[in-house]
Amino acid sequence: MKQNLIALLCGIIFGVGLSLAQMINPNKVLNFLDITGNWDPSLIFVMLGALIVAFISFKWILKRPAPLLAEGFHISKNSSVDKSLLLGAAIFGIGWGMSGYCPGPAVTGLGLLSLESVILVVAIYLGFFVYNRFLGQK
Amino acid sequence: MENFTPFSATAGGALIGISVTLLLLFNGRIGGVSGIMNGVFFAPKNDRNWRLIFLAGLILGAFIFQLLVPDFNVPRQNYPLLLLGLGGFLIGAGTRMSGGCTSGHGICGIANLSIRSLIATLTFMAAGMITVYIIRHSLELVA
Repeated sequence: MKQNLIALLCGIIFGVGLSLAQMINPNKVLNFLDITGNWDPSLIFVMLGALIVAFISFKWILKRPAPLLAEGFHISKNSSVDKSLLLGAAIFGIGWGMSGYCPGPAVTGLGLLSLESVILVVAIYLGFFVYNRFLGQK
Repeated sequence: MENFTPFSATAGGALIGISVTLLLLFNGRIGGVSGIMNGVFFAPKNDRNWRLIFLAGLILGAFIFQLLVPDFNVPRQNYPLLLLGLGGFLIGAGTRMSGGCTSGHGICGIANLSIRSLIATLTFMAAGMITVYIIRHSLELVA
């Protein structure tokens, strides 16, 4: 129950952050990726803002034996740089560049009642399903 | 660069940083949205509720922000359906194959000093930039 409240709070803060940063405006994201056009570097500043906070806090949090409300940390131990990492990231990047959305803004855009977000979320789940069902098991 | 908004971008980013901080500190979870989304349907049954609640929070956050600051973010209209649908499909398959997206690899992974996440982030950014160059400047599918 408490964990669900934290999840709700974290989702709201994340959604407000994406809104304030205008990362739910897909054309702003495309303008970041459009380095030969009218370039908008804002997305880098979003990442820097998040990274400065998370870099300091993660280091401190992960010194703890456990999180405050759970038995352990769920963190990927996978450190391999392999074909599926590179190919998967490239495929994701192509979809990102085609649409101007990544998963966070796609879901968050539902709060704007954006029809595009509905299409994106359905298509992303279709991609999950096809990968999990036919390609995955890693 | 007339659309460059460094202050609201950094402040919004810091909020995202606070969100992933609290999620890790209290629940021990990584705030990677593609992984959270995927688990709503594909994680063990007892590990699904918080994920759906987090996603509902994202939507609620944008909804509240929109009430407070109307017209700050306006939904895009008339973007080619094929680019949205195929793009979304590739986002879904690609993030599963590589194990993360902009938040999971780009923020949480890099903050945790993961080389794997740094390389994923550089890769999807490069792929995104090449793709935008093609659709905007070579094929001229969108303005």
